[in-house]
Amino acid sequence: MSLAWILLLPLAGGLAAWIAGRWSDLWPRWISLGTALLHLLLLVVTWGVFFAGIETGQGAWLMVYKQPWIPQLGISFHLAVDGLSLLLLLLASFLTVLAVLTSWRSVTRSVGFFHFNLLLILTALSGVFIAFDLFLFFAFWEISLLPLYFLIGIWGYENRVYATTKFFIITQGSGLLMLLAILGLVVVHWQTTGVMTFDYLELLGTPMSESTAFWLMLGFFIAFAVKLPVVPLHTWLPDAHTQAPTAGSVALAGLVLKIGAYGMLRFVVPIFPQAAADFTLIAMILAVVGILYGALLALGQTDLKRMVAYTSISHMGFVLLGIFAWNELALQGAVIIMLSHGFSAAALFMMVGDLQHRTHTRDLGSFGGLWTMMPRMGGVGLFFAMASLGLPGLASFIGEFLVLMGAFQVNVPLTVLASVGLVAATVYSLLMMQKVYYGARTDDWKLDDTSGRETVIMASLIGATLGLGLYPQPVLTTSGNALAQMREFVDKARTPAARAAAAEARKEDAVASVTPDGGKRP
Amino acid sequence: MLELLWLIPAFPLLGFLVLMLAGSRLSRTEVACVGAGSVGLSAVVTLVVGLSFMAAPPAGARFTQTLWVWLDVAGFRPAFAFYLDALSLTMIFVVTFVGFLIHLYSVEYMMEEEEGYSRFFAYMNLFVCAMLTLLLADNLMLLLLGWEGVGLCSYLLIGFFYKEEANGQAASKAFIVTRVGDTAMLMALFLLFAELGTLDIQELLQRAGQQFQPGSGLATAVALLLLGGAVGKSAQLPLQTWLPDAMAGPTPVSALIHAATMVTAGVYLIARTHVLFALAPAVLTLVAVIGTLTLLMAGFAALVQYDIKRVLAYSTISQIGYMFLALGVGAWSAALFHFMIHAFFKALLFLGAGAVIMCLHHEQDMYRMGGLRRLMPFTFWCFLIGSGALAAIPVVTAGFYSKDLIIWNAYNSEIGGVWLWAGAFAGAFLTSIYTFRMVFLTFYRDATEWVKKLMPIQQPGPCVHIPLGVLAVLSVAAGVIELPHTMGKLALFTGFLNTALPAYHGAHASYGTELLFELLAAAASLGGIYLVWVLVMGRPGVMQRIAALPWASDLERLWLSGWGFDRLYDTLFVQPYLWCARVNKDDFIDGGYRAVAFVTEMLHFVATLTQTGAVRWYATGIAVGAVLTVGLVILL
Repeated sequence: MSLAWILLLPLAGGLAAWIAGRWSDLWPRWISLGTALLHLLLLVVTWGVFFAGIETGQGAWLMVYKQPWIPQLGISFHLAVDGLSLLLLLLASFLTVLAVLTSWRSVTRSVGFFHFNLLLILTALSGVFIAFDLFLFFAFWEISLLPLYFLIGIWGYENRVYATTKFFIITQGSGLLMLLAILGLVVVHWQTTGVMTFDYLELLGTPMSESTAFWLMLGFFIAFAVKLPVVPLHTWLPDAHTQAPTAGSVALAGLVLKIGAYGMLRFVVPIFPQAAADFTLIAMILAVVGILYGALLALGQTDLKRMVAYTSISHMGFVLLGIFAWNELALQGAVIIMLSHGFSAAALFMMVGDLQHRTHTRDLGSFGGLWTMMPRMGGVGLFFAMASLGLPGLASFIGEFLVLMGAFQVNVPLTVLASVGLVAATVYSLLMMQKVYYGARTDDWKLDDTSGRETVIMASLIGATLGLGLYPQPVLTTSGNALAQMREFVDKARTPAARAAAAEARKEDAVASVTPDGGKRP
Repeated sequence: MLELLWLIPAFPLLGFLVLMLAGSRLSRTEVACVGAGSVGLSAVVTLVVGLSFMAAPPAGARFTQTLWVWLDVAGFRPAFAFYLDALSLTMIFVVTFVGFLIHLYSVEYMMEEEEGYSRFFAYMNLFVCAMLTLLLADNLMLLLLGWEGVGLCSYLLIGFFYKEEANGQAASKAFIVTRVGDTAMLMALFLLFAELGTLDIQELLQRAGQQFQPGSGLATAVALLLLGGAVGKSAQLPLQTWLPDAMAGPTPVSALIHAATMVTAGVYLIARTHVLFALAPAVLTLVAVIGTLTLLMAGFAALVQYDIKRVLAYSTISQIGYMFLALGVGAWSAALFHFMIHAFFKALLFLGAGAVIMCLHHEQDMYRMGGLRRLMPFTFWCFLIGSGALAAIPVVTAGFYSKDLIIWNAYNSEIGGVWLWAGAFAGAFLTSIYTFRMVFLTFYRDATEWVKKLMPIQQPGPCVHIPLGVLAVLSVAAGVIELPHTMGKLALFTGFLNTALPAYHGAHASYGTELLFELLAAAASLGGIYLVWVLVMGRPGVMQRIAALPWASDLERLWLSGWGFDRLYDTLFVQPYLWCARVNKDDFIDGGYRAVAFVTEMLHFVATLTQTGAVRWYATGIAVGAVLTVGLVILL
């Protein structure tokens, strides 16, 4: 089965929406909704196929598509889907449907171009999740930046130009680092094996000296750390999330942060198993700092949207912690958090969007006592405040529990500190409820409770969060094979024997490089 | 019939779902039927299951029902599975029956609220469901689900009257403080899994018995961390501060959650994992010490409160202290016995206080009450019975049998001793003082002006009176299922629980000693009542003279604030944290990025200065640049 539809469908839908936007504001909405729903439906069918495949005992790869692209440089159009990619594709597609729905009334300017951008994000992110050629991966990675730049810059709020410029410069800078690291990796591979390739599967296990591995790993790590984001590379996030239109915030928090996590999981550790192992302590410390610092910043905010934005930093810290703890529990937990945070961040941003649409403010001090007028919206806020603080039975609890349980086996003190983050999350979540929905009324607004459209959006997110919290096994099974394969590969590279062999290879390499023709092997 | 077990938590859950999704469209009668009915059905099923469990005990006196496997990762395989044995059966019996009575009471009590009738019952039902899940969980992860679930419902119900800022703060405080303990408990779970490879409770206890050395650091660490969770939920030192503030919720909530059921979750946790605690004798001693200190601390604090609900709140902390003491000296069944009796009489007291508060238009200050004995006779008698049980009036009340068992065990147990006994004894004296101070202030004396203004007082209806009556009967009669040696030894309760908990082995002191200690305990109870009668009713002048002493007002302030823990934590943790959040609102790290942008703009500004448009400046620049470049080339 060809994988190209995953990319072509949203791209075509986006173009159609853009063109249709010339004549009507309604057409782009319906076209986008239809496209995203169809995309989601096809992915769900694929998921079904995947489960059928598990019963017949197929391997980790669900679908592979490979065509040469620039053969001179070893670049190919290599797409593949495994369980991990599939879950993230499902998330991307699902959230795009919701993003279209949530913009139904609030976006009125250049509707066609807006929806083109939304679907282009879906295209680019889908590409990121299924590209198994580093050049292709990088291309999709960079493409995903443009529609976001436009979304924030055109449809954003009062300070949008500052925010989008900052976002663009910082992520672009990190992209440059990644490009350098990719080129470095390819060159090292070419030098040692004589094969010029950008293919992920071939680049895995490239032998290299310890310092080379460290610097290349760092390049990848920083690039992904900016997106994740990891403190202290996080400062683009609050501005971008706050200024973006709701759909943009959903895409940013729900999806763009996940490509950072995905990159760490797919590239940083498997390509540089040894360097990443040596880096584990630093990465885990950064993760814990992120968890606690994000929670502290969230508490200090007076802008509701900014507060929600900072909570993302805290939650993504758990993902980083899980990825670097690198055992089955922690990795599965990290994947669950990627999904659960996608749901809850999307829900909270949409809630803020709905509130702002009604009240024209995001200032925490202006809210208060909204429960009286909008109990359904309050219930939604309560539900996702609980999801955010990791209430058992909801998705994030499963993720955080597994991550912490896995991390506990690697580093006890850091796990204890990370758990303090759960208390900190309780503090900011309850503060949000108190400031917005409880307490005395501060204004004589007349606000409508959730509309039918909003109810559908929120109900679907609540359902997803509950489902994942009470019966996460299908998801765990889906990602299980892919994670197991990665783990097997990395663990093999980390055994003492493999270490010794790598050291041996490096020694020969060093000898070779001082011989006159050392640098020019065929 | 044991297969019906899953229905016990399922009914309240169903009730919650119905009320949450359709509550706004139902009439109040329908809401009451769903809300109280679901818990009632649950109680009926509990009765059926309990009877069939006792009539034909399953193999090993335990029954497990697995609904579905929650997740399965790396050998970690928790399930939604319920585990029934004598311990969990006792607990769910109390929760469903007392819970049902309180729901019934709430049907009338909440009627006067303008809004939130269905919201109230939805939260209450969810609470009962979570509590039952906690009690029936067969693995610690599911237990944690119930554990946090009751925390959530407690938060929602304390803050039920959400328009008052203070209620929201009390609710958040309860959630956050207990979450601190929960985090410790979470660590215990991780440690247990890392060491034993399972979180299934029975499996885990068995493996712990084989793999942990008694008194080893590991066993101590696990027990200590679990204790952290227990003191949080059960409001023991040092995490007790949330419970007095939790009285902000409606009174039935205080009765159900903050007296009869949820706050005893810590007691249940320790009893449930008793093997781990038995492997860590140092922690077990700590449990006893914490219990004793808490019961004394809370007893003193209860002496000076004005608010009738706060007296009851501190007395709850104090009585749970007794349960902790019993656990600490290895008298597992005694702790559970006191839990059950306490649930009866404390629910009774809260509901009685609620009836008073309702009839006095939300007045809670005992000094503004008085003389209610004649105005609300039925409530008075029920409240008196509850107070008698709390103060452990000998022979006639159930509280005497349960509390006396603990006081005696504090001395007689191998772990116990004179100090623990002395603490428990002093606590019993304090209990009867603060309890009857409350009774005399509220129901005796002459009616105050305030009360007279409210006359004629409207009597509560049957939905309030029935639960009061039933609980009053239980507070008297339930004691007879467990009688001490000196009174014809009957051990139905401990006999039943011994199928799930280890039997208690005392030092077997002589018959005469036991009788002596019982007489002492009885004297403490009656002596306290007499003393407070003299001080409040007989010669109020003495009280005023004591109050006029220089240190008395300081002491009163200290006790009134619950020994100043709130202020301590506020200074140590809350304010510094808030200060950090406030000061760093704009994120100092972003300052670095902003500085880069600023420097770039400055350089841009400097560079634009050179663009003057004057040709001779440009020519000079080119000439100087050329000379410098050439010079550098030559020199280097």
